[in-house]
Amino acid sequence: MRGQDRLRLGLTDRGTALGAALAGLIVFACGALSQDASPIQIVPRVTGEAAPMSEVPVPALARPVVDDVRRMRNYPEQPPIIPHAIDGYQLTVNTNRCLDCHKREFTEGSGAPMISITHFQDRDGQVLSDVTPRRYFCTACHVQQTDARPLVKNLFQDANDIGPKP
Amino acid sequence: MTLSRREILKAQAAGVAALVANIAPPASAQPVSGGVEALQITWSKAPCRFCGTGCGVMVGVKSGKVVATHGDMKADVNRGLNCVKGYFLSKIMYGADRLTQPLLRKKDGVYAKDGEFTPVSWDEALDTMAAQAKRVLKDKGPTALGMFGSGQWTIFEGYAATKLMRAGFRSNNLDPNARHCMASAAYAFMRTFGMDEPMGCYDDFEATDAFVLWGSNMAEMHPILWTRVADRRLGHPHVKVAVLSTFTNRSADLADIPIVFKPGTDLAIMNYIANHIITTGRVNKDFVDKHTTFQLGATDIGYGLRPDDPREVATRKAEDPAATTPIDFEAYAAFVRDYTLDKVSELTGVEPGFLEQLAELYADPQRKVVSLWTMGFNQHVRGVWANQLVYNLHLLTGKISEPGNSPFSLTGQPSACGTAREVGTFAHRLPADMTVVNPEHRKHAEEIWRVPAGIIPEKPGYHAVEQDRMLKDGKLNFYWIQVNNNLQAAPNSANETYPGYRNPENFIVVSDAYPTVTALAADLILPAAMWVEKEGAYGNAERRTHVWHQLVKAPGEARSDLWQLMEFSKRFTTDEVWPTEILDANPNYRGLTLFDVLYKNGHVDRFPLSEINPAYDNAESVDFGFYVHKGLFEEYASFGRGHGHDLGPYDLYHEVRGLRWPVVDGKETLWRYREGLDPYVKPGKGVEFYGNKDGKARILAVPYEPPAESPDAEFDVWLVTGRVLEHWHSGSMTMRVPELYKAFPGARCFMNPEDARKRGLNQGAEIRVISRRGEIRTRVETRGRNRMPPGVVFVPWFDASQLINKATLDATDPISKQTDFKKCAVKIVSVSA
Repeated sequence: MRGQDRLRLGLTDRGTALGAALAGLIVFACGALSQDASPIQIVPRVTGEAAPMSEVPVPALARPVVDDVRRMRNYPEQPPIIPHAIDGYQLTVNTNRCLDCHKREFTEGSGAPMISITHFQDRDGQVLSDVTPRRYFCTACHVQQTDARPLVKNLFQDANDIGPKP
Repeated sequence: MTLSRREILKAQAAGVAALVANIAPPASAQPVSGGVEALQITWSKAPCRFCGTGCGVMVGVKSGKVVATHGDMKADVNRGLNCVKGYFLSKIMYGADRLTQPLLRKKDGVYAKDGEFTPVSWDEALDTMAAQAKRVLKDKGPTALGMFGSGQWTIFEGYAATKLMRAGFRSNNLDPNARHCMASAAYAFMRTFGMDEPMGCYDDFEATDAFVLWGSNMAEMHPILWTRVADRRLGHPHVKVAVLSTFTNRSADLADIPIVFKPGTDLAIMNYIANHIITTGRVNKDFVDKHTTFQLGATDIGYGLRPDDPREVATRKAEDPAATTPIDFEAYAAFVRDYTLDKVSELTGVEPGFLEQLAELYADPQRKVVSLWTMGFNQHVRGVWANQLVYNLHLLTGKISEPGNSPFSLTGQPSACGTAREVGTFAHRLPADMTVVNPEHRKHAEEIWRVPAGIIPEKPGYHAVEQDRMLKDGKLNFYWIQVNNNLQAAPNSANETYPGYRNPENFIVVSDAYPTVTALAADLILPAAMWVEKEGAYGNAERRTHVWHQLVKAPGEARSDLWQLMEFSKRFTTDEVWPTEILDANPNYRGLTLFDVLYKNGHVDRFPLSEINPAYDNAESVDFGFYVHKGLFEEYASFGRGHGHDLGPYDLYHEVRGLRWPVVDGKETLWRYREGLDPYVKPGKGVEFYGNKDGKARILAVPYEPPAESPDAEFDVWLVTGRVLEHWHSGSMTMRVPELYKAFPGARCFMNPEDARKRGLNQGAEIRVISRRGEIRTRVETRGRNRMPPGVVFVPWFDASQLINKATLDATDPISKQTDFKKCAVKIVSVSA
């Protein structure tokens, strides 16, 4: 049975956000102390290196996160990320390994979340008895995460954190 | 900005306090404590910001911020689905490093090419820019002024830009990044049917019996269209899928007929299929006689390199690469007779059995077939030929212009069709398929634009790759780049693109939402409003025009590209930019600004602010005092109405999930050129390719010709570049979304395991990918989603720290001038070696 991050405390997004925010403050503070701070922060993977067109050493390939802990979604419509290894999973016209655990009939044994009922709807919104073929290729929407640290802070706000408070 | 130590400490303390408050255990398990109002989100429709599929999304706004997005159930394209990028649209505008003020390179308080980026006001930015443009105009005239636009421009932006460049500054040096993307498709449509864009639409997918992917990895690049292909294939067992590529990718997972061919040999495969159709007696003679003519194309047409490049001198024999001569069916049949199964199997490296199965999908009269292609065909030194060769197959069999039978060119950008092609922002084009070289077309455009006769110059401007060369050579000196990241996208960039941007004679302006590689190489950066921060309109690959409202405000001083273009135009008078003879003949135009002549001309400005839906903001219109978008749209639409390019009334587009043109009597057209489905086909004709005067389509006889550069003893592998599912184009939006970044955090070199082993490289090893032009450092990937054949490597181009286009070759299709990003020779060496 896979775990759930019930308290939203930790292991990932909040921890990362805290780290990123502190890092941001440090950059901000250093930048402020420097007399000729550039208004643009160099982040080679999005801006290129400070010396344009120059070569950049490449960090080691990031490792997939396979801790099996469910992550909170940014909003209800977000496809949940895959928190486990999928190396060698066959996902072809002949077979779909994801269904081995996430299909309704198999969830009791696997403990995996059942594929959402939205995935049973055909193009006309009619609910079928099983997953619709148009939802067959899971990885078009559900992706793994790696241990790479986000490059740039994202200021997206949770709907419940802005406006009138529930 | 300077802060005291005390202020910094205070800021830090507040930040930490906020974070602590945020991670307190949520008190949110209670039922609706703030009332239902606290849960409410305002939903509005918009098209997705990414690829050319044109999915409809619902965008949720709360307190002035986008808080959620989901697939629009009412949108026919996607019926409630999005791909992983689409589901994260909510985050693309909120990268913390958004550009929020103009930045000008300055030294000692004034503009200097070697200065540092310094925040300036919009007035200072645009005044400096105008002074530079006037300097260049005075010294060298309009041909030294240029602009590089985008298939991500809204229709209004592209239309405002083409007016400003051609009718304002009298320069045709306007080209979109779509030149790198689908120029070959556009040229082939014009050459075959006399009219651009597909005859069919996505509804073909639910009606067909076979899909053939020619150099298109739809599973990753058009995932939502792939859901429709999968739906059809998996739900209907008789349906077949053939996937042709130069390596095995995710699309091959659905393939009944998976084909990996040697780069460039797709031309021979198509001629083999034509030969197979003819020799097995399956030509639809009635259709061919009534609706087609045959042509022989010029050969040995070169590779669009610089004219003095030795490879160009050696290979270009044809005076006019686009030339054709009429032939008949017998001559065509004789031409393709050389392309036998054995010969083509040998040339392509494909099993004869697979080739025969593929050929039967076209030849079998009982089977409907949809052909799909993207960059594999278009980014090809023979891209126009490749497009036309696939039309040959559909025309020989009559499998065209009806549900399920469809040659379908997909697009990679959200408005490659809507803006780049339909508005006509290519260096030679005007709206509605007209061109600047045709005097009648120029006259018609001048009338609609209400500018004096003779204003629009007749010579086509520099195309994308030529613009870079001319910047480097000092012939193009003022250059404005909007909504694209060309220094990351353009081929052979370190030798042919970057030098032009930093050429001291040149002034380079980049409008963008984020600091990109291109922006950082500019002299002036203008902060842009993006996506739903402005009212917009896109046109997708199936001729669908889709409009959206401004839903949130842009951050800081960011302004839409449309506002930037129009505000810039205020800084020029006709006396400064138009020739005296024209003003003498039209004295009433004297002393007006280009803004007055092009936008506030009594026509574009005829819709008042009161016509804007009061539920939505509209920053540009409020600024200029009239409903800018409606005015531009209605003037633009007058080009195509009554000529087969009809768009509906503007207000209608705010109500619907897009409409496919021609929109006649309020009804969209799903299939063109067939009687009963297309109102423009004359009664009794059955099928009429009315873009051509004779109503017939062209079947073209052209041979296989090899790529511009092939591997040899030293540079011994093919380099293919492209995209991955999680990132779109240069990654400037998707790399700033944490979930998308973490899913695919950097480029890598997909490589055959045996190729890696032979070089002593393990999975993940750091390597150099080196061509004759440049090199990058990256890491080896022998696993993962792409399975490479020996001798071929794939490197995606989204990663700004791995500028793979330093290695690519600036060879283009000599007819379309589109770059071939799929075929050049590199070697792979270990960094530690």
